[in-house]
This record gives sequence, C-alpha cells and structure tokens, in this order.
Amino acid sequence: MQPTKTAIAGLGITDQGKVYGKSAVGFAVEAIRLALEDAGLETQDLDGVLVNPGLSWGLSGSMGSFAVQQAMGITDLTLSASVSLGGASAGAMIMQAALAIEAGMASTVACVFADAPLKQPQPTSASRKKSSGTASAYAHAGGLEAAYGVFGVNGRYALVAQRHMHEFGTTQDQLGAIAVSERAFAQGNPAAQFCGKPLTMDDYHASRWVTEPFHLLDCCLVSNGGVAVIVTSAERAKDLRRLPVHVRGMAQAHPGGDPLETLSSGAVQAGKAALDMADVGLDDIQFCELYDCYTFTVLVTLEDYGFCKKGEGGAFVESGRIGPGGDLPTNTGGGQLSSFYMWGMTPISEAVIQIRGDGGERQVRKHELGLVSGNGGILSTHSTLIVSTSAS
Amino acid sequence: MMSDKIIPTIPPELEPFFAAAKEGRLEVQRCVSCGTLRFPARSLCATCLSTQSEWTPVSGRGEVYSFFWMHQVYHPAFAAEVPYAVVVVQLEEGPRLTTNILDCAKDELRVGLPVEVTFEERGPDVRLPQFRPRRA
Ligand SMILES: [Zn+2]
Repeated sequence: MQPTKTAIAGLGITDQGKVYGKSAVGFAVEAIRLALEDAGLETQDLDGVLVNPGLSWGLSGSMGSFAVQQAMGITDLTLSASVSLGGASAGAMIMQAALAIEAGMASTVACVFADAPLKQPQPTSASRKKSSGTASAYAHAGGLEAAYGVFGVNGRYALVAQRHMHEFGTTQDQLGAIAVSERAFAQGNPAAQFCGKPLTMDDYHASRWVTEPFHLLDCCLVSNGGVAVIVTSAERAKDLRRLPVHVRGMAQAHPGGDPLETLSSGAVQAGKAALDMADVGLDDIQFCELYDCYTFTVLVTLEDYGFCKKGEGGAFVESGRIGPGGDLPTNTGGGQLSSFYMWGMTPISEAVIQIRGDGGERQVRKHELGLVSGNGGILSTHSTLIVSTSAS
Repeated sequence: MMSDKIIPTIPPELEPFFAAAKEGRLEVQRCVSCGTLRFPARSLCATCLSTQSEWTPVSGRGEVYSFFWMHQVYHPAFAAEVPYAVVVVQLEEGPRLTTNILDCAKDELRVGLPVEVTFEERGPDVRLPQFRPRRA
C-alpha cells in the first residue's frame, strides 16, 4: 500500500446547532458552497457528489446525492452516492472519493454531511409538547426492545461502558475527564456550541443521568447544520487557494460480532492498515480527532489504536495527555461533545483546520500528521484517515 | 404482576417465544443442524448458516452481563418507571438476552449478579420474560 495521491482542498462549515430555516438539503448545499469558495472552485468544477444523510433526511436520504445535485444545478457528474455507515460515513466518503480520483473516474468530489433534527421552538406550550427538538428525534422504537423500555442508542453504549468498567475498573471520573478535556478545547473554538461555557469535573458529575453510567455530558450534542470537504488530486490541490491536506492513509474495518464481548472497535484493524498505508508509526501521530458520540467511545478508540493497552484507556485519558497542552491533543475543537454533532465530519473538519494551522487559540503546536476516526452503530462500523501537511 | 408498560406486538418469528412464555417457559432458538443456541431470533445460524431451527426450553438461570439505568422517558408508558434497569443476562446455556430486572434494589444490581427468569403480565394475552435476583 502507498499513500494516496489525493488531498482535501476545501472545507465548508455552516452555522451549527440551534440554527433554523433550512432543510437538511439546504444545509448540505450551503456547506458545499462554502467548501468550494474556500478551495477557490466553482460549482461546475465538481464531477462528484457524495452525501452522508443524517437521520432527518428520512427516505429521501437514499437518493441524497441526487437531491443535492439538483438543488445546486450541477450537470454531468461522474460520481454520485449516498453513504450510510453512521459515523464512519464521512471517512468512507473521503476514501470513495480518493479511490475514484486515483482511478480516473472523477477529479473533484464534494463530500458532505448535513442534518436538521432540531425544530424551531414554538411559542405556544401545546406545540412545544410534541416537539422533536431533542435527542428523542434519534429514538428508535421496536417491538421487543420497546417492551423492555430500550429506546435510542445511549443505552446500547452504556451497556458496553458498564462492562468495560466491570472488566477493567474504568471509573466515572475517567469518562468525565474526556468531557472536561474536550470542553476545555471548545473554549478556543468560536464555532463550538459550548464555547464560553467551561466545564469542571463537579459540573460533569452534577449533570443529570441519561442512561447511567452515562450523564448528559457523556453524550454528544444534537445539531442542525452541514459540513463539506472537497477532495481532489494532490497535484491539483497544490494549485488551489489553500494548503492541501493530504490523505496519507485510509482504512475501514467493520468487526461484526458483539461489542459487549470484544469491548473494542474497528480501530484495532483499520488503525494498523491506515498507518501502514501512510508509512508512519503510531508514535509519529501528533494529534487525534476521534469520533465521540460518547466520552466512552474516545476511551475505547484510544485503546484500540494502541496508544495504551486494552483496559488502560481510563488511566490514559485521566493523565491529561489528550487535553490542551498534552502530548496527544485529542478532539481539539471540542469534538461532538462540545462543538457540534456533524457525525464523522466533526473530527474531519477539525483535522483540516489543525493541519492548515487555522486553529487560532486552540491550534496544536505540532500539526504535520493527524489521525481521524469515524465510528457508526454500536462500535459497528469504523473508518480511519491519516492526514498530513505533506504528500509522503 | 400486571403492568401498564408497552404490550409488544409479536412479530411472526417470535410467536413460539411468546407462546412458551405464556406457559411459563423461557425458550431460545436452536440450530437443528449444529445445535448452536441463539437469541434474538434469526433466520440463519451464524455458525453453520443452516436455515433449519427449532425452539428449545432453557433453565432461565443466568447472571447479569451488563446493565444500565434508564433515566430518560422516551415513551409515556415508562414515565412512572424511571429509573428502571435494562440488563443483558448471560444465560447458563450461552445466549444473552436484553431484558429488565424486577424486584432489585439499585445498590443490589451489579455485573455477575445471579438471576432467574420470571414473567410479567402485559395485557390479557402476553407474558413477557423478565429476570429477578436469584436468592438462596
Ligand atoms: Zn448451525
């Protein structure tokens, strides 16, 4: 395997969080427009559109890339797809774009995530009652599961976390350390929904239980918005406006089986493969942007990549190494816990910002080589990207 | 015990499971070809890919493999129940079931707690397999 000869040449982030007035498709179009502008490209330069539809797209998500194409009036695409691997989709879209570019099937591909699960609060109490503007927009009702009161994904992850706590002695404080660390980074990210709202460990413990052992602050935000990147050849990216963010390594791994048994994710396999492709070692990684649907997901992913042994993730995150000033700064924009919930595009967008050196107050000192993870389902699907300032 | 909680709609593949529960038996699927026990119900054996299966009674004994306390109200039928425990029970025979634990104090519930099956009335026609601490 060799590093890919592709790069991210543009990044577009719409307003995030409680922003209304656009459909999910509308946010997707806006994000792509911003990404094209960032790259110095025009709509008609695109010959590929890949879409990861969030849950609010519903059935229209299966033809999401066509919906975006039509909304933008783009003609003659040679690559188009909706990608649905949950939080691993964004990484998988970039891989699909890179493969198509290297195969000569496309030259300039927009990859976008967008969602609009939050509805504008209504003034009357009657209409507020049935609002779906909460995490319950993400509830799944099912026959047997509903009978046992099992709703949503929070509980499914809490089961894995509880088992991890049992086997390895992982503590509530260690989960909290991740929430506090990411919130500290968010204070340097003006685009973060929790910028200006610092968090202490006491605040963490005081936040209400959701699916105990998960507090509210163990869980990601819910956000309206869109994030897009433009992928093109490294050769072409050189001549565009922005510093190319080279896609050095990429891999997927979807382990199957029962995560309650393995207590691990596809990062075990994909991490090694992506590092091999990038021709770098784990020690060379300078910062991480890890998928954080929950605090616990970060802990497991760090273990799975091999930054520490399985079971030692708790002590690792508690050491301060992943926080501001640590030697492995992780989720440097606040992650999905404290910045915004754009699924796999949250970590990717922050990696682009860091590689370019655009991080402002939160910019990490060493930013030539970063590791980005995506994770979907209950540790079910996984993507890893290695991004860099240099092509090799 | 009668409950106001959700009365499950029974999908065709779970009809034998609920028929057995109504008679006070906990049953799981067994692959006819290789004997592997499984739950939830599936049409295919993950070990040998056989489509032939039958339902077979199990002891109803096991231990808590993992659990969480549900504090969110997602459905009005559970509003009076929160916080309630969702547990994954490891049966002595192998399969794991996601269920609830009844008659268990908050500080009593732990991974490894010995449990046994019990049945909760949900409406006139449904008895839902549930678990409770197994006490000597
Ligand atoms: Zn079999």
